[in-house]
Amino acid sequence: MATPLAPDTPLSAPLDVGFDYTRSLGPVLGRFMTALRERRIEGVRGSDGRVHVPPVEFDPVTSEALSEPVGVADEGTVVSWSWMPDPIAGQPLQHPFGWALVRLDGADTALLHAVDAGSPDRMRTGMRVRARWVDEPVGSIRDIACFEPAGPGAEPRGPAAPPPAGTEPVTMLTTPVHLAYRHSASVQESRYLRALAEGRFIGQRCPACGKVYVPPRGACPADGVPTEEEVELPDRGIVTTFCIVNVPFLGQRITPPYVAAYVLLDGADIAFLHLVLGCAADEVRMGMRVEAAWKPRERWTTSLENVDHFRPTGEPDAPFESYREHL
Amino acid sequence: MAGAGTSGAGQLAAVLGTGQTHHVSRRTDVSMAGLCREAIDRALADAGVGMADIDAVVLGKAPDLFEGVMMPELMLADAIGATGKPLLRVHTAGSVGGSTGVVAASLVQAGVHRRVLAVAFEKQSESNAMWALSIVPPFSMPVGAGAGGYFAPHVRSYIRRSGAPEHIGAMVAVKDRRNGARNPYAHLHQPDITVESVRASAVLWDPIRYDETCPSSDGACAVVIGDEAAGDAAQRPAWIHATAMRTEPTTFAGRDQVNPAAGRAAAAALWAQAGITDPLAEIDVAEIYVPFSWFEPMWLENLGFAAEGEGWRLVEAGETAIGGRLPVNPSGGVLSSNPIGASGLLRFAESAMQVMGRAGDHQVEGARTALGHAYGGGSQFYSMWVVGADKP
Repeated sequence: MATPLAPDTPLSAPLDVGFDYTRSLGPVLGRFMTALRERRIEGVRGSDGRVHVPPVEFDPVTSEALSEPVGVADEGTVVSWSWMPDPIAGQPLQHPFGWALVRLDGADTALLHAVDAGSPDRMRTGMRVRARWVDEPVGSIRDIACFEPAGPGAEPRGPAAPPPAGTEPVTMLTTPVHLAYRHSASVQESRYLRALAEGRFIGQRCPACGKVYVPPRGACPADGVPTEEEVELPDRGIVTTFCIVNVPFLGQRITPPYVAAYVLLDGADIAFLHLVLGCAADEVRMGMRVEAAWKPRERWTTSLENVDHFRPTGEPDAPFESYREHL
Repeated sequence: MAGAGTSGAGQLAAVLGTGQTHHVSRRTDVSMAGLCREAIDRALADAGVGMADIDAVVLGKAPDLFEGVMMPELMLADAIGATGKPLLRVHTAGSVGGSTGVVAASLVQAGVHRRVLAVAFEKQSESNAMWALSIVPPFSMPVGAGAGGYFAPHVRSYIRRSGAPEHIGAMVAVKDRRNGARNPYAHLHQPDITVESVRASAVLWDPIRYDETCPSSDGACAVVIGDEAAGDAAQRPAWIHATAMRTEPTTFAGRDQVNPAAGRAAAAALWAQAGITDPLAEIDVAEIYVPFSWFEPMWLENLGFAAEGEGWRLVEAGETAIGGRLPVNPSGGVLSSNPIGASGLLRFAESAMQVMGRAGDHQVEGARTALGHAYGGGSQFYSMWVVGADKP
């Protein structure tokens, strides 16, 4: 059971952002990934003769484009390492493992990867490790599942599965990126959100310019002074300006077409974006009088979404000059 | 404006060379690094210098969420020639390319470096900018709809305030797309587009139509800026006469979203620094950041080329076409190519190309003084410069 929050505790909620980004690899990294699919590791020779693994597209010394591939071993030496006692989702191994910089035999630079050593006692700088390949390589750094201890005493490796044949070079990767945030509202915005949960709008007035901000911000962005005077606002006002969204897009929550309008509540000095329904989209006008259409009370939360939409009141439109300064 | 630092431009600086990629929807044959390098190699060749002649590198790139690479400047350092040199990254949303040019220029004008490379890029195909710009934070109403959804209401306000006829947006689109057809690097080549075809295209965010909207592009741009000695040694450089940047909050009560104060302040500072009193008479060609066609008349007013409410009249009279009093976006502009992070630097580079006489088929004849302009965020960041064929 949740602990009741003190009235001024800022509200917060999860915000998860994720997208499957694609990467075009270009000639050098494409070749590297294509080799991985064949369970081979290929570096690139730099201007000073060093072999870079993983390969770099441009020389770290001269900045010139590099193109000479060099095959290296899938065994090498740990150059440095640290221990990962509690792996997190998405990491190469889900039990404790070592992160290591591994210099493969034939390479002059080190590759970062996981070492399945079982215990930090088995990890040391200078230890020999070898790649453990996945059963079905696809052309990704994850075709190397991890590295494992090699050298005297290590289990002999079984015969390698044959590489997949006759496939096109790897040119693209998909890289899912997911960020899980906790989004917090300010103290002032939290008071406004708690008022919304009671079906009320509150704003704050700037002591310097007298402007009323909704949502309240705690400080006036124009004058830079704290705003403390709270102002109760009605749930009606005007549409200052708007657009009709006809275009569908990834992540969209409202089915187009819909009217996204700046709604200026009576007594407020700044408009916020909301949805206008209750008339045909092409009947929405600048200056149109609107009122909040609240969701059923049992669905109210601490969100502006408690207002399902704004709808026309049928009152005469506000004259242009009355809201000109809000455009 | 108090505290705005409108003092002189410091030591002289000049654009020595520019380079850009052929902008397309998807450059799947190169990495981000390779894309940047293509533009850089062209800029170095155009400037007649090598990577070793560059003293510092400034990278511009739109927000990281657009490609999902945190701090791409780190992994790009080798490709952009920054090894062993100062590397700065600039962040000002869509205006970032312009700000990158201004920051690079300032490093020369301050006497810190002799030659600075500015590079900016976007690989829109690796992500989805509309998605990235429409993230819905908790507690809010999910009505946002990308950049178009943000700007469309303000375009409606402009139309209402100015009384501009509805076809003005289509006229700008036709002009820019036909200009783009003369630019081999432009993403869109639409020599046959007409006002009728634009008006017949789908309305995406009423009042903005599909054909009045920028494309989504992969592309990069690079500019080499040198000091006075480097400029003197160069063949017909573009001398930097003035630069300006200004910022304002996205929202505050009474904010003018149609004609934002920060843009007006930046323009006033720019013209003062360049010694320009009548921009319409003294500027020969302008590359203005117009991602949605209606922003051409809006920015003509914001920049002081026309009185408030009158910008559309220059458009309607054909004065912003090549051959008019103020050709705007002879390159085709953002409406023809939009690798977001690079779009601002493209405006700056194209303005330089005009006064260097290197704009090819979209060269404005006799161009000696040009404006490069960019804006970003919710019309809150502005960066601009004036370049000239003549040494200031």
